Amino acid sequence: MCTCNNQSLPYEGDSRLTELLEEYKGQKGALIPLLQKTQSIFGYLPEPALRRIAESLKLPLSQVYGVATFYSQFRLKPQGRHVIKVCQGTACHVRGASRILDRLQRELNIKPGETTEDLRFTIEPVACLGACGLAPVMMVDDEAHGRLTPDVIPKILAKYA
Amino acid sequence: MSTLKKINNFVELRQLREQLKKNYQESLSNEIKIIVGMGTCGIAAGANDVMKAIIDELQRRNINATVMQTGCIGMCAQEPIVEIIRPGEKRVTYGRISPADAKRLIEEHVLQGRIVEDLVVATFEEGHPDETNFYKQQRLVLRNCGHIDPEKIEDYIARDGYMALARVLEQMTPEEVIEEIKASGLRGRGGAGFLTGLKWSFAAKAPGDKKYVICNADEGDPGAFMDRSIMEGDPHSVLEGMLIGAYAIGADEGYIYVRAEYPLAIKRLRTALAQAEEMGLIGKNILGTDFSFTLHIKEGAGAFVCGEETALIASIEGKRGMPRPRPPFPATSGLWGKPTNINNVETWANVPIIIRNGAEWYASIGTETSKGTKVFALTGKVKNTGLVEVPMGITLREIIFDIGGGILKDKKFKAVQIGGPSGGCLPEEKLDLPVDYESLTRAGAIMGSGGLVVMDQNTCMVDVAKFFLNFTRAESCGKCTPCREGIQRMREILQNICKGKGTLEDLDRLETLANTIKDTALCGLGQTAPNPVLTTLRYFREEYEAHIRDKRCPAGICQDLLTYFIQPELCRGCTACVRVCPVGAISGEVRKPHVIDPEKCIKCGSCKETCRFSAIAVK
Repeated sequence: MCTCNNQSLPYEGDSRLTELLEEYKGQKGALIPLLQKTQSIFGYLPEPALRRIAESLKLPLSQVYGVATFYSQFRLKPQGRHVIKVCQGTACHVRGASRILDRLQRELNIKPGETTEDLRFTIEPVACLGACGLAPVMMVDDEAHGRLTPDVIPKILAKYA
Repeated sequence: MSTLKKINNFVELRQLREQLKKNYQESLSNEIKIIVGMGTCGIAAGANDVMKAIIDELQRRNINATVMQTGCIGMCAQEPIVEIIRPGEKRVTYGRISPADAKRLIEEHVLQGRIVEDLVVATFEEGHPDETNFYKQQRLVLRNCGHIDPEKIEDYIARDGYMALARVLEQMTPEEVIEEIKASGLRGRGGAGFLTGLKWSFAAKAPGDKKYVICNADEGDPGAFMDRSIMEGDPHSVLEGMLIGAYAIGADEGYIYVRAEYPLAIKRLRTALAQAEEMGLIGKNILGTDFSFTLHIKEGAGAFVCGEETALIASIEGKRGMPRPRPPFPATSGLWGKPTNINNVETWANVPIIIRNGAEWYASIGTETSKGTKVFALTGKVKNTGLVEVPMGITLREIIFDIGGGILKDKKFKAVQIGGPSGGCLPEEKLDLPVDYESLTRAGAIMGSGGLVVMDQNTCMVDVAKFFLNFTRAESCGKCTPCREGIQRMREILQNICKGKGTLEDLDRLETLANTIKDTALCGLGQTAPNPVLTTLRYFREEYEAHIRDKRCPAGICQDLLTYFIQPELCRGCTACVRVCPVGAISGEVRKPHVIDPEKCIKCGSCKETCRFSAIAVK
């Protein structure tokens, strides 16, 4: 495969990525777990890292890129320190999820999918968090917040520096 | 955690169960138990703080009591839930507990033995059938949820866990296991409702020395969370089901494909797997037999279409999750081209129950064609949101009104959406329909995974149809044209209708498109995507027509068709609305009627919700 473009990659020397690639070498179906773990190191998938993964798994970069853009979990741009997953599921929808999303957008002054300038928050609308009994729901990092009303949003956001 | 000892044979497993059962009975008569519901719903409602308050208070007062966590108890509306059992007394369930309430429970119930009546949800005799079968429920799959600590394999074994596996390995041939599952009448709990035993027999008969079993835990239907609750509350039941299935079809390796949005379920599955491996219940020569099995947990990466079995397999193989035409079915050519059997979480969790109690017993529950129980996620505008497990054949009315307690704020029932984005919206006149696969399909919906989203008079059915198309459009994998393009076009028509720009011909166009997509899309998701539109057109056509003809949204939801205004005769000038309006559209003097500037108003509805005098109206 083409190796013309990887002479001075910023992640060339990143030992964490090197270790990961070593761990998954030769394993079947390694691409998605590798992308997941790479994203948990860098917070997103930097292009040089995608190139190294492609090379290590002996896959065309187009296939790696195809997988990285197919699944909603993967991000090709840096994300905020805290990711706010706002549930857009049916139960949340009929209980006013759109007003929660509106309020978040106004509080943080960003649109869904965007990250605040100070890299504090990213808003990520998601299909369903499966906590429908407490609709409407959002999750900040791995912490779920239920029975939301627009008024409680500022208080919740204040908890995350 | 205590170190677990390897179990080498059937005798050791039975001895361990007897010992654990005895320990449990003894603990009931010796110690006070405090149980906190720590499923995702419980934690989202604040269970962590309640747990902390309980532990702190016990320590501060130097009280000896066992505090344990459990998974989803099923009563989401009552979270956070705390249960207290004093030796020899009833199990008392308390709901909506705050950290301050928790301290009260310890002072009054734990210390003084006085039940705190105003916080009680229910009381049960420990061990009595009512304990798990409250209201009209029959909890088989959920029997352990809320009763065991899901992170302790000992709790599962004490309640007869892994006994079905022992029975199968000791007394049954693989063919007998398949016959037993066939005879039980169990059908897939995830979508189309295919007969599970028959599906197993295909993979068992397929030639090949290497076979796989997969658990589809990519519960993507918005409004469904039974699989999450089973994994969080009783993970070993899924493992045991898979072990039995693997033995039956001759597989020695399996995968659980679980969506990344369920971090707690993933954590508890990993814990369960590690414990089962440590005890030798998963691994080489299980319980001293020739049967070996390895299991992997794969995290999904966020794609609804991966609930479709061929797409799920592609995803495990590290590819984009796109479905492929069938045949060949996964039973003959599945993961890495090998015979593969896929069932979802709830289906697998049913397997140990059938083996333990027998197919005949299982087949006596339910209707002619739909056997056993089904877990439903009851959500939306209903009083008792939560998970309910009921025998097949019960009516929707019983679920929504008897178990669910009716509509929130006693408003009028309008529709129930069943089966997620592949399902449909059923109106009042369908409420007496018995819940089974055939009746639901005839009515235009599907059983699907069992999400029931209840809607009241304030829900706009056109908006709901649009909501589902937004979802399916975003989740369409893009492989086949009918789904990729067709859903986009249907959505555009609906958007126009919601803006008051629709025509009556649009309704015919919608129907034609919907039927074409149904007939021509590649996979089940595309073929069923038009269902929400078709059912709302069938049962709520007049609502579409109101949007088109009168440019009016009868439910008051479609923002482009609404104007907010203040009724001067009702307004007291309290200024509450001025303070909540996010765009400063409301003005007026204190104690005099206010007005809304329609130019500035973004129709968010905040003022209407805040007004204590119902002075704000929408037209």
